[in-house]
Amino acid sequence: MLLEVKDLQVYYGAIHALHGISFDIAEGEIVTLIGANGAGKSTTLRTISGLIRPRSGQVIYKGEDITFAPAEQIVRKGISQVPEGRKIFAPLTVKENLEMGAYIIKDKAETNRLMERVFKSFPRLKERINQLGGTLSGGEQQMLATGRGMMSKPNLLLLDEPSMGLSPILVQEIFSIIKEINAQGTSILLVEQNAQMALSIAHRAYVLETGSILLSGPAKEIAENPQVKAAYLGV
Amino acid sequence: MQLQIRPKKPPIIVRPNSFLAWIGRAFMILLALVVSYILIRNLIEKPLFFVTNVINGLQLGFVYALIALGYTMVYGIVKLINFAHGDVFMVGAFVSFFAIERFDLHQWPLKIFPTMNSFIAIGIGTITTILLSMLVCVLMAVTIERVAYKPLRDAPRIAALITAIGVSFFLEYFGLLDFVFSARFIPYERPFDVVTWYISDGIHRMQSGETPPDNAIVVSNILIIIILSTLAVLLFLQFLVHRTKIGVAMRAASFDKPTARLMGIQVDQVISFTFAIGAAFAGLGGVLYAIAYPSIKTLMGVYPGLKAFVAAVLGGIGSIPGAFVGALIMGQAESMTASYISTPMRDAIAFTILILVLLVRPTGIFGEPEKEKA
Ligand SMILES: Nc1ncnc2c1ncn2[C@@H]1O[C@H](COP(=O)(O)OP(=O)(O)OP(=O)(O)O)[C@@H](O)[C@H]1O
Ligand SMILES: [Mg+2]
Repeated sequence: MLLEVKDLQVYYGAIHALHGISFDIAEGEIVTLIGANGAGKSTTLRTISGLIRPRSGQVIYKGEDITFAPAEQIVRKGISQVPEGRKIFAPLTVKENLEMGAYIIKDKAETNRLMERVFKSFPRLKERINQLGGTLSGGEQQMLATGRGMMSKPNLLLLDEPSMGLSPILVQEIFSIIKEINAQGTSILLVEQNAQMALSIAHRAYVLETGSILLSGPAKEIAENPQVKAAYLGV
Repeated sequence: MQLQIRPKKPPIIVRPNSFLAWIGRAFMILLALVVSYILIRNLIEKPLFFVTNVINGLQLGFVYALIALGYTMVYGIVKLINFAHGDVFMVGAFVSFFAIERFDLHQWPLKIFPTMNSFIAIGIGTITTILLSMLVCVLMAVTIERVAYKPLRDAPRIAALITAIGVSFFLEYFGLLDFVFSARFIPYERPFDVVTWYISDGIHRMQSGETPPDNAIVVSNILIIIILSTLAVLLFLQFLVHRTKIGVAMRAASFDKPTARLMGIQVDQVISFTFAIGAAFAGLGGVLYAIAYPSIKTLMGVYPGLKAFVAAVLGGIGSIPGAFVGALIMGQAESMTASYISTPMRDAIAFTILILVLLVRPTGIFGEPEKEKA
């Protein structure tokens, strides 16, 4: 297993956000985590990334316990997160945002090579290379956020609602790029509101409800589950 | 994380077209007219005296800029007004004082290479002294940050602010002890001699004891050194903040710390680095100030610190160009006030400006309205 999450309990002060969740991701997989608003999806990603600390439980990455490693170390181990709401550095240019994505990479030539790879996926960003991040459109910001997440050459990419606020065409585009990133060897943990799209590209899925895992299995099976259909697919 | 229990009280707003707002506006316009009148009349009546005042104001303003940069950079990244910053400036001056007085550090090149060109030797000696002062200031500021501010990183901002005032008092009153710096005025031995020129019909080097003719403008080597050093610092900062990885990381961390951490930016190190840079400039300012006004005392950092703080607010706190422009304005305001209003008013003018800025444009010249970020 690339990543194993074991019995994670997370609190925000008195609020019990994760009630002991466990799941795993194998090398090369796309795993999706779906669930309603407030289910704890973003909390799960933030805990894996080291931004918040669980009260108990474990996060094991490539056999190493990283539960309490700080965020700036976790990205060095190969886990990169594209946070919810894009979180572009508004006063930095597109280029500078991407350079920050490659902050852990010391080699300048390597950074440039990675940047070219991002521009191949998102040619629009190249046209706007010197524009300030804060002045990009929502869709462009999402491209930038995704590109920035790829800049650290992660083994595991955590994506938090990459389709939020995008037009249907852009959603298609982003999802095909996610598949492409995966095909090039990056494992992906995908958090989505758009369950249909997520289930269509994922290998496996977990359904999260108020801090607990309700269902899990191959994405196709989950998509056929009557409960899921009723609650998340609007069928 | 705080739970908001009571709804926020709506702020008291003077509506833009109310009677009060018009009175306020009329008052500001009147004030601007009076100030312009005084300045223009003096410029016409005694232009040379006016230019001399501008030069004095420049000298002050450029020193204030060195301090204001630290205020504004630290505020930019940790949203803290580091009130101990003026005392770092003072320590810079004292370190150079001891280095010169006790150890003749400014003369080391001549001692080791007696045949050296004395101009170069003094230059190297002075730079060594300045670098030592900057280094001590850096170590001190980084220690202060680690010990006093870092534990309060997630506490409400007011806690860190009060701590900063406490650190400032600690440094001042510790320095006032007899076996530290004492409360006396201490004559400062300059590492090099002051050379002044007067410009009337051509440039003349002034001999000691000579008084310049009435129609002359006087310029000193210290003024030139202060201006050049500050400009060099500004260029360096511009380069640092826009062209280096750590500089871009500083801006990223100023904007959004959790996301900066997701990128692998070691935010704590970046913050330390910011304090270090600010302290280095304050230390440089302290030495230059002591050379320009060669009498030092433990509380010498209080007023320059406060004025630089006002300069940073005036320029728009968090903005580097703002700190520079604000400092130049503060320098002029002080020098003009001292000459045309009254000498004791020179310190009060800073607070007058602070009040006016907060009334008219709280975000300062270059500042943008602050957005609350999660
Ligand atoms: N900083 C916080 N302080 C207090 N409670 C929080 C905080 N962040 C999240 N929560 C709570 O934790 C629970 C899980 O939140 P989380 O953001 O993980 O949900 P989510 O599944 O990502 O939802 P969404 O789909 O709306 O993004 C919610 O009830 C939320 O209110
Ligand atoms: Mg979320």
